[in-house]
Amino acid sequence: MAKIHVNTSINGEVVEFLCEPHETLLDVLRNDLQLTGTKEGCASGDCGACSVTVNDALVCSCLVLGVEADGAEIGTIEGVSNKDQLHVIQQKFLEHAALQCGICTPGLVVSTKKLLEENPNPTEEEARYYLAGNLCRCTGYDKIIRAVLDAAETMRGAA
Amino acid sequence: MPVVEYKVPENIDAAVSMLSNTQLSTKVMAGGTDLIIQSRAQSSDPLVVVDVKHIDSMMAAVIVDGGLNLGPSMSCAQFTARHDIKAIYPGLVEAAYLIGSTQVQGRSSIGGNLCNASPAADTIPALIANGAECVIQGPQGERIVAAEDFVTGVGQNCMAQGELLTRIQIAAPQANTSDAYLRFIPRTEMDIAVAGAAVSVTLDADGTCTAARVSIGAVATTALLVPDAAKALIGTKLDEAALAAAAAAATAASKPISDRRGTVEFRRHVVGVLTRRAAVIAAERAKEK
Ligand SMILES: Cc1cc2nc3c(=O)[nH]c(=O)nc-3n(C[C@H](O)[C@H](O)[C@H](O)COP(=O)(O)OP(=O)(O)OC[C@H]3O[C@@H](n4cnc5c(N)ncnc54)[C@H](O)[C@@H]3O)c2cc1C
Ligand code: FES
Ligand code: FES
Repeated sequence: MAKIHVNTSINGEVVEFLCEPHETLLDVLRNDLQLTGTKEGCASGDCGACSVTVNDALVCSCLVLGVEADGAEIGTIEGVSNKDQLHVIQQKFLEHAALQCGICTPGLVVSTKKLLEENPNPTEEEARYYLAGNLCRCTGYDKIIRAVLDAAETMRGAA
Repeated sequence: MPVVEYKVPENIDAAVSMLSNTQLSTKVMAGGTDLIIQSRAQSSDPLVVVDVKHIDSMMAAVIVDGGLNLGPSMSCAQFTARHDIKAIYPGLVEAAYLIGSTQVQGRSSIGGNLCNASPAADTIPALIANGAECVIQGPQGERIVAAEDFVTGVGQNCMAQGELLTRIQIAAPQANTSDAYLRFIPRTEMDIAVAGAAVSVTLDADGTCTAARVSIGAVATTALLVPDAAKALIGTKLDEAALAAAAAAATAASKPISDRRGTVEFRRHVVGVLTRRAAVIAAERAKEK
C-alpha cells in the first residue's frame, strides 16, 4: 500500500508526514510524530481522551483519518501551554486535583479550552454537557468541573 | 474492510464517477463517525473512501424562500449553531444536537446519519416529520426520494452503488408551523435512543391543528411515518383526548424488539408518551410563531 504524503499544520507549525490511508490522525500523532500527549482510551469516539481540534472543530482524533489532515490546521494538547508556562486551565486542574491517573486530562484540557473560547461564562450545566464526551474513570468529575469553572472565572478576569 | 485508498473529489460529478467506476468496495465518507468504526470490523473487503467534505455544496446550508437546502455533509456542530435554521426547524436542530458528544458533533452529519440508516438514528424521525426530500445524484442523473422512503432496512437505504446523496431539501413550512423531537435514553447524554418521536404541527388562528406529521424512531427496523397519529391531532385543539389518541396510534404503529436497553412493552409505551409530549412542545412553538 502506497503511503500518502500529507502537508499540515500542527499547533501553528508546518508539518509533513507519510501515512497509510487507514491510519487515524491519533495513530499519526502518537506513533509517527511522537506527539503522545493525545491519548487513546477507546478508539471508538466514546471517551474523548483523543480530543484535538481540526480547523477549529473539536473532534475525536481516533475518528479522523491521518490523510484528512492535509491542508488542515490541527491543535493538540502540546500547543496549549506557552512553552514552560502552563495554561490557566492546566494550572486549575492541578490546583483542584482534577486528575488522578491523568489519561483523560489532555482531552479534557483541549475540550475545556474550546468550551471557554465558545462560551467564556458557562453555567455548571453547560460545562457538564459540553464535556460529556470526555470520560474520566478516576475522579468522579466534580473536581474537574470545579477546575473548569474556576479557570473560566480567572480567564474572564484576565481578559 | 481496511481503508486502502482515499479520494477527494472536487465536485459532485467527480464524486459520482469515483463511486461508479470501481472494482473495489467504495463508500462515501462525510464525518466518518460511523464509517471509520465500521471500516475496522473484521472482513476481507478492502475499502476505498471518497471524502466529500471538499465539495462546497455538500457542506453548506441555505434558507431559500423560507425552506431549507441542506448540504448533507455539513457537521452537526455547524448545523446546530445556525440560529436561522433553528428558528424554522427547532426539532430538527435538537435532533442533530443529540448526536453523540461535542466531539462527535464536530464531525457527524445529518446526511451520514440518514445514509447509515440505524433504526435509532436521531435525525431521521425529525426529517420525516418535516417532510424532507432527499436529492440523489447517480450516473443516470438526479432523483428525489421522500425521507420516509429513503431507509429500507437496518443499515440499508434506497441508493445504488454510484449514487450520492447531494442535498436534503425541506419546503417552507406554512404559517404557525413548528416541530419537536424527543428521545428516551437511560442516561442524560451520550447514548442511543431506546425510543424517539418527532412531531410537526400547523395551527390556525384559534389554535386548531390543521396539519400534522408524526414519525417515530428506534421502535422498528426503520423510522416510521405514522399517519394515524397525525390524523388524531388534525382538527383538534390538541386536547387530552386528541393527545391520548395520537399516543395510542404511535404505540400501535411501533414494532420494537426487546434488548438489554428496553423491552417491547416499555418501548411501545414510551414511544406513545414521547409522541404526546413532542406534539405539545411543537404546538407551543407553533403558537409563538
Ligand atoms: C460516540 C458516538 C456517539 C454517537 N451517538 C449517536 C446518537 O446519539 N444518535 C445518532 O443518531 N447517532 C449517533 N452516532 C452515530 C453517528 O455519529 C451518526 O450516525 C452520524 O450522523 C453519522 O454521520 P457521519 O457524517 O459521521 O457519517 P459517515 O460515517 O461519514 O457515513 C455514514 C454512512 O453513510 C454513508 N454516507 C454518508 N454521507 C453520504 C452521502 N452524502 N451520500 C451517500 N452516502 C453517504 C457512508 O458511506 C456511510 O456508509 C454516534 C457515533 C459515535 C461514534
Ligand atoms: S480514543 Fe478517541 S474517543 Fe476514545
Ligand atoms: S484521571 Fe484517570 S481517567 Fe480521569
